[in-house]
Amino acid sequence: MTMAPTRGILGGRPEGLTALHIDDGIDTRDRLVVVGNGMAGARFVEEVLERGGGDQFRITVLGDEPHGNYNRIMLSPVLAGEEHEDDIVLNSHDWYADNGVVLRAGVRADKIDTAAKVVHAADGTATPYDHLVLATGSYSFVPPMKGVRAEDGGLLPGVYGFRTIDETRAMLAATGTCRRAVVMGGGLLGLEAARALQGHGLHVELVHAAPYLMNVQLDPEAGAILKKSVESLGITVHLDVFATEVIGGDRVRGVGLADGRQIEADLLVVAAGVRPNTDIGVRSGLEVERGIVVDDQLRTDDPDVYAIGECAQHRGEVYGLVAPAWEHAKVLADLLTGTDPGAEYHGSRTATKLKVAGVDVAVMGINTPERDDDEVLVISEPRRGVHLSVVIRDDKLVGATLLGDTRKVAFLTQAFDRGAPLPEERIRLLVDLSDGAEEVGVAEMPAESQVCNCNGVSKSDICGAVSGGCSSVGEVMDRTRAGKGCGSCRSLVEQIVEWAADGELTVDPAASWYVPGIPMAKPELMAAIREQDLRSVSAVFAALAPGGKDDAKSKMGLTSLLKMIWGRDHLPEKDGEFINDRVHGNIQRDGTFSVVPQMKGGVTTPAQLRRIAEVAEKYEVPMVKVTGGQRIDLLGVRKEDLPAMWEDLGMPSGYAYGKSFRTVKTCVGSDFCRFGLGDSTQLGIDLETRFQGIESPAKMKLAVVGCPRNCAEAYVKDVGVVAVGNGRWEVYVGGAAGASVRKGDLLATVDSPEAVITLAGRFMQYYRENANWLERTYDFVPRIGLETIKQVLLEDSEGILAALDAGMQRSIDAYVDPWGQDAKQPATPGQFRPALPLVPLPKVPVR
Amino acid sequence: MSITELTTVPTTTGPTTTEHVVGRVAEIPPGEGRTFVAGGTQVAVFRLRDGSLHATQAACPHAGGPLADGLTDVDVLVCPLHQYAYRWTDGASTSGAAPLRLFPAHEVDGQVVVEVPDVP
Ligand code: SRM
Ligand SMILES: Cc1cc2nc3c(=O)[nH]c(=O)nc-3n(C[C@H](O)[C@H](O)[C@H](O)COP(=O)(O)OP(=O)(O)OC[C@H]3O[C@@H](n4cnc5c(N)ncnc54)[C@H](O)[C@@H]3O)c2cc1C
Ligand code: SF4
Ligand code: FES
Repeated sequence: MTMAPTRGILGGRPEGLTALHIDDGIDTRDRLVVVGNGMAGARFVEEVLERGGGDQFRITVLGDEPHGNYNRIMLSPVLAGEEHEDDIVLNSHDWYADNGVVLRAGVRADKIDTAAKVVHAADGTATPYDHLVLATGSYSFVPPMKGVRAEDGGLLPGVYGFRTIDETRAMLAATGTCRRAVVMGGGLLGLEAARALQGHGLHVELVHAAPYLMNVQLDPEAGAILKKSVESLGITVHLDVFATEVIGGDRVRGVGLADGRQIEADLLVVAAGVRPNTDIGVRSGLEVERGIVVDDQLRTDDPDVYAIGECAQHRGEVYGLVAPAWEHAKVLADLLTGTDPGAEYHGSRTATKLKVAGVDVAVMGINTPERDDDEVLVISEPRRGVHLSVVIRDDKLVGATLLGDTRKVAFLTQAFDRGAPLPEERIRLLVDLSDGAEEVGVAEMPAESQVCNCNGVSKSDICGAVSGGCSSVGEVMDRTRAGKGCGSCRSLVEQIVEWAADGELTVDPAASWYVPGIPMAKPELMAAIREQDLRSVSAVFAALAPGGKDDAKSKMGLTSLLKMIWGRDHLPEKDGEFINDRVHGNIQRDGTFSVVPQMKGGVTTPAQLRRIAEVAEKYEVPMVKVTGGQRIDLLGVRKEDLPAMWEDLGMPSGYAYGKSFRTVKTCVGSDFCRFGLGDSTQLGIDLETRFQGIESPAKMKLAVVGCPRNCAEAYVKDVGVVAVGNGRWEVYVGGAAGASVRKGDLLATVDSPEAVITLAGRFMQYYRENANWLERTYDFVPRIGLETIKQVLLEDSEGILAALDAGMQRSIDAYVDPWGQDAKQPATPGQFRPALPLVPLPKVPVR
Repeated sequence: MSITELTTVPTTTGPTTTEHVVGRVAEIPPGEGRTFVAGGTQVAVFRLRDGSLHATQAACPHAGGPLADGLTDVDVLVCPLHQYAYRWTDGASTSGAAPLRLFPAHEVDGQVVVEVPDVP
């Protein structure tokens, strides 16, 4: 019998949770107990260890969550599916054990007996301490609503807070079955949750009690602009209304609003603010107001009990960000280890830089003028989603709000933190008037400017790490922690490291590997494959992977590479291919496939259309659609029907599923259009005929247009060709209009269709040989640099043009229409056998 | 497809399980997976390149993806729909989805045998 395994412990130890604990009474070290293994508690332990506190203290950490310590900030990208939970672990169980710290994860502390100096926990244990640090953080506040709780007092099934990895996991699991979500709360967390759920395909409505979004940080105008940006993502926003009722009974079926409206929903995320976890303080008789009250030494009213992080209230302030929590950790570590017995905490000036629902936001100080002679400057461009404002008092910056454009944040933070002098022309605070000139380069940045707000790392800290021997961005980040909070400063950190290292930089090795399972960069890997004559994916793993171990996530990239290197002579292995390539169709959400026949240059014939129509009827195709790539898609086809359908169609594959050459879109050109300067249709057909089906690191999409009116969007294609008259054609490369939008760079103007085909072939082969796996040309071209590409492809600066032509020709010669081939004889047993014959699947709605 | 019942394995707690012959090993190309039915339960059976057989529920716990169409290696199975990975050792997801149910599977004379709980 098999039992469903229990959920993984994040940062857990495979053998279990126990760590060896020696407490033999001879140990003379003071007992330091920390309650809470969140971002403040764990950081405090690190800071203590860094100051040699391991020799002074026996450290025990009680944590309610069963996990190691993880980066809570990164739960948003985890929920959005952009980060894996494994990557957000900061300190694993092993880390605690290795550092001699006893972690009792999954144990909740209930009460402190401050007289006996003992912590009582929910598991019945009593833990004695000499010094006790409370770092219990906050919890999601669930406002009183009718029906929100189940009978046992827990939240109704389908209702979630957004604070822990367990809640995040539960929401992720729910995205599989739920269709409509309501998010309560239009602050940072609510917006992040809404965007993440929307990204999983749910219909999302956001209900916010205040009249504008992020009302704590933004002014009403900026809030209104943010609303537009959020709505443009497809999220419905309801403002100025309370959600008062959860409709459903046994699980969420809808949400009722105060004005009587009801919203249908099967998922409700409550992000209506957080409240400090102060229960333990209250029960233990400590002074508690909004948070556990502490003095400048972070001490509660009991001399041996301290509080840090979000649960602490210092000078009337309770913070909800990680930077102050980490400052607390440092000050208290200085104090307790005696490193700086006079250390004091005087409060944090919070400057926040965030990306909320895809929009850049930076906020510091106040957001509206408070006194008569406060100066205010506002730049508002609602159409662009940009709203910038600053508040100045006595010639000093006292507040700034940047929405949609945070280029000036470095300078403003500087001015805000240190009262740096402000420019006479105030507008320079918000925009660069020196038209064209970029933001202040890293070289000009003052040494003390803060780069990482979460961890309080300055430019000079980063430079210090580099001069202290760190030689890669990763090492600098490990040493200084810059970029390890919310991550929004990463690119700036990289720039500074590069500048400080002055070319002496080593790169993180894994970042340069072609695929994760083989520790080699692409050129090295290609050389090894050639030298050792490796012709199949399994042979590559056996020869080059550590321990000869195969790796699922590397297979697709290796298959593509082997096909490119060996052409016809590679040894195909179906298990090295993604399902799309195994069955030559694109897998859809219900496990069916789509069939897109080749339609060169977007040109078809009545006979072809008739055949497509017949096939669509015969196989009961749920949807026939004209694609954005100028051809026809038959969607929702059962896997087992594919071979027969291809036979009936008698048309070659359009490769709409592969990391390969896709389509060439064309316009009607000189044959029909009164403006046409060249026969774009024919050139498109010729390009597609020559390069059809060629595999590549990522998709290659082309277009040819008959004049610069650009009706087939050639300026934004991987290779785009534009007729400019007198038989001349411009060739653009590296354009994009998908997830990124980029106008292609003009590679050359040539004077015949043949020259276009030659140059396009050389560019594509150069890209195939040098691009990273899944790197589209819009990233590849800027990375290599247009000038270099021009020299290689136009002047043969590396003497490789003949080899590029030969390499491309080898692939062209290896082309076989996969439909024609596998329709007759399956490539492997059961190639087209249904993978899901019995279980009814969520059905795609049929039009 | 013929289904032969081999043995009924009694357990002290929970439902009983039965071993079923679901098909021939040769029906599964090396490194790939195929879907079978074992006593009314649909399973995806994988034959890794090291020769080992592994059986799991056929539909992905995340959103019902066809797991037999996924890519695998000695450590994990990757669902083709959203690339969630599940460990062969215990079925746990490495990316936060619910765990995958695994069933014991082995080879007897070229036949694939999968042990699943009896459907009541
Ligand atoms: C069918 C089509 C939409 C339509 O109904 O028109 C389509 C459908 C898909 N596109 Fe697309 N794209 C289609 C034209 C485009 C275009 C327009 C074009 O080709 O001119 C673009 C912008 C150009 C570009 O590629 O940059 C486009 C940019 C994307 C992207 C973003 C790529 C990027 O790096 O920016 C993805 C995601 C990806 O590749 O990772 C994507 C991914 C997808 C996938 C394959 C998603 C997936 O992995 O399952 C969709 C498959 C649906 C299916 O089941 O068949 N599709 N997609 C279009 C097929 C064109 C064709 O005939 O081959
Ligand atoms: C989704 C999300 C996104 C965020 N984004 C940002 C951001 O971009 N920038 C930013 O600065 N901040 C952000 N934050 C806020 C940031 O995560 C917190 O400020 C930070 O985690 C506070 O640290 P803490 O240690 O005080 O509390 P926590 O990290 O919550 O840790 C408290 C720990 O104590 C445990 N605990 C509580 N009570 C007990 C008890 N009685 N016994 C034992 N253990 C107990 C809890 O289980 C928890 O593990 C975000 C928060 C979330 C949830
Ligand atoms: S077809 Fe393209 S744009 Fe449409 S949902 Fe799929 S990936 Fe997104
Ligand atoms: S259905 Fe398997 S990962 Fe989404």
